[in-house]
Amino acid sequence: MNPVNYLYLAALLFTIGAAGVLIRRNAIVLFMCVELMLNACNLAFVAFSRMHGNLDGQIIAFFTMVVAAAEVVVGLAIIVSLFRTRHSASVDDASLMKL
Amino acid sequence: MENLIALLVGAPLLGAAVLLCGGRRLDKAGHWLGTLLAAVSFGIGVALFADMLGRGAEDRTLYQHLFSWVSVGSFQADFAFRLDQLSMTFVLLISGVGTLIHVYSIGYMEHDERRRRFFGYLNLFVAAMLLLVLADNYLLLYFGWEGVGLASYLLIGFWQHKPSAATAAKKAFLVNRVGDIGLSIAIMLMFTTFGTFAFGPVLANADKASEGTLTAIGLMLLLAACGKSAQVPLQSWLGDAMEGPTPVSALIHAATMVTAGVYLIVRSGAIFNAAPDAQLVVTVVGAVTLLFGAIVGCAKDDIKKALAGSTMSQIGYMVLAAGLGPVGYVFAIMHLVTHGFFKAGLFLGAGSVMHGMNDEVDMRKYGGLRRYMPVTFVTFGLGYLAIIGFPGLSGFFSKDKIIEAAFAKGGTEGWILGGAALLGAGITAFYMTRVMLLTFFGEKRWQPAPDADQVPSAEPAAEHRAGRMPHPHESPKSMTIPMIVLAFGSVFAGAFFGLGDRFLNWLEPVTGYEHGNPPVGALTVTLSTMVVLAVGVAIAWSMYGRKPVPVVAPRGSFLTRAARRDLFQDDFNHVVLVRGGEHLTRSLVYVDHSLVDGVVNGTAASVGGLSGRLRKLQNGYARSYAVSMFGGTVVLIAATLLMRAV
Repeated sequence: MNPVNYLYLAALLFTIGAAGVLIRRNAIVLFMCVELMLNACNLAFVAFSRMHGNLDGQIIAFFTMVVAAAEVVVGLAIIVSLFRTRHSASVDDASLMKL
Repeated sequence: MENLIALLVGAPLLGAAVLLCGGRRLDKAGHWLGTLLAAVSFGIGVALFADMLGRGAEDRTLYQHLFSWVSVGSFQADFAFRLDQLSMTFVLLISGVGTLIHVYSIGYMEHDERRRRFFGYLNLFVAAMLLLVLADNYLLLYFGWEGVGLASYLLIGFWQHKPSAATAAKKAFLVNRVGDIGLSIAIMLMFTTFGTFAFGPVLANADKASEGTLTAIGLMLLLAACGKSAQVPLQSWLGDAMEGPTPVSALIHAATMVTAGVYLIVRSGAIFNAAPDAQLVVTVVGAVTLLFGAIVGCAKDDIKKALAGSTMSQIGYMVLAAGLGPVGYVFAIMHLVTHGFFKAGLFLGAGSVMHGMNDEVDMRKYGGLRRYMPVTFVTFGLGYLAIIGFPGLSGFFSKDKIIEAAFAKGGTEGWILGGAALLGAGITAFYMTRVMLLTFFGEKRWQPAPDADQVPSAEPAAEHRAGRMPHPHESPKSMTIPMIVLAFGSVFAGAFFGLGDRFLNWLEPVTGYEHGNPPVGALTVTLSTMVVLAVGVAIAWSMYGRKPVPVVAPRGSFLTRAARRDLFQDDFNHVVLVRGGEHLTRSLVYVDHSLVDGVVNGTAASVGGLSGRLRKLQNGYARSYAVSMFGGTVVLIAATLLMRAV
């Protein structure tokens, strides 16, 4: 199968993730969209690795997964505590950091 | 012997320090201490003089190096003194006349509760003036120069409770400052040209520098001399300086301080000799001032201001002579010394008259005082004869030589300068005769204080004031004795110096001398001076001696009115300098407000406005930050790709 198709898929996934981040308000959904973008990148890395025949992209995909796992831990913790204090998971409600 | 030089300055300086820091416990004895230390300085001066006479003309110059004052790279200034014939003359004049005036002040300031302070200032002045004439380099001279300016300021404003005195002191200080700038520029020029400002190397190498530089240095020195010696155009302070106590007028504004400019020019003779243009300007300044001062002196009714005009005029003679070069240096100094005697004598006489007349200074309210103050009359009269140049007295020998030297310059210049000097002699005779007639001759014109009968006598002060009708009386011995000594000097100094060329031989090794022959013969010059003098006296007699003098001054001709206002010197300064300065300040303030503040405020306002708009971007919504991040990334990637494509 043509590896370029994987790249199309990755671009599609990334676009869906980016659009989700920009449009959705729910913190959980937003968070999942971020994951979607990360995984789109992973897919692109692996596809490129396959195309060029070296392993660098695959190694970076592992790194990304590790970082994403750490991010999920921290991010979910923040979302949970935000939900506990505000009884809402909307990111627009957490808009105190402005002048 | 040379170790004594520092003591000349040190003794009065010690006096000033003790008297000014000692506090009230010295009130009783302060004046004696001040006088004693001035006399000590004079005594040392006499001892050094005797020692100097004992040596040959070649090795009469003494040096004393006290310490290295400023030493930065090639910039070397030593605290060093130089005592040669020229400074010796000044030392004797300053400390001698200074001591006499200290003695006089004991009597004159007797009722002043701040007498101790007055003597402290007098000592400070004597010390600064001695430092000025003893300095071995221009920087130290500048130090003394400023010290003299300070002492003069303090003494003019001594009666600081009078607003007029305080203003006069400020005026003198400011006008002097203009001259001081000239001196400092001259010193800087000397340093860049010669690499030093010690007298020895500068004067020895003067002819090696370019003439343009020397002219610049000369003109700057002249500016300095104009400030200190009250020469046109910086003359305006001298008349107002008469607000100070009379001994101050005698010591500072007649006999010593105002001669510092003449000293400076004569000392820097080598520079002026190599810069004929600067010399010409010096002679012109001298000639203009001698006429200016004389004309002002003719119209003043205030006895001290009339004498101040005369001082200006006589110093004009000295500056004129100093501008003539080696022909005139010796005579400038000779006139300076004789002038020191007779002008100090005249001022002390004026002080004595004021002392007897309840501090009245208007000569129109004097009259007939010769019967009441015989000693003052005789000493003042001798001073008067000396200043107008009566044959045989001091002024005759010194002034006649200057007029001769002016004619000897030759050409049109010689005729103009000589003519001005000759005319000045006539005017001098006129105004001094006027002072003499108004003060000592004629009917007595003094009356009780005018407000005596209008104030009800129930008020005790009024009775006191009514009793303050002037009762002219001779002054105490402490005042008359200095006047008598100075009168002796006025009579004999000229003949002593002039006959046998004593003074010439004494000063010639320092200043150099060339004999100048006037185009018409020395005798003709002397005779025409006598004729002009007689005419001046005769006019004064016909105006003020023959008929009674009105107590209230008549309106007078335009010239009289102009001279009464000092030939509009203050109006001129006001219109040109003060008004001009105000306009300049105002336009600078406007530029500051509109342009400088505009740029600063404008920058602040635009930055503020921009950030006000930018801060709207900080709306707190995480998603809008995400949009900008996304947009930024897109832009970056697009730019990268674009660059790569190109």
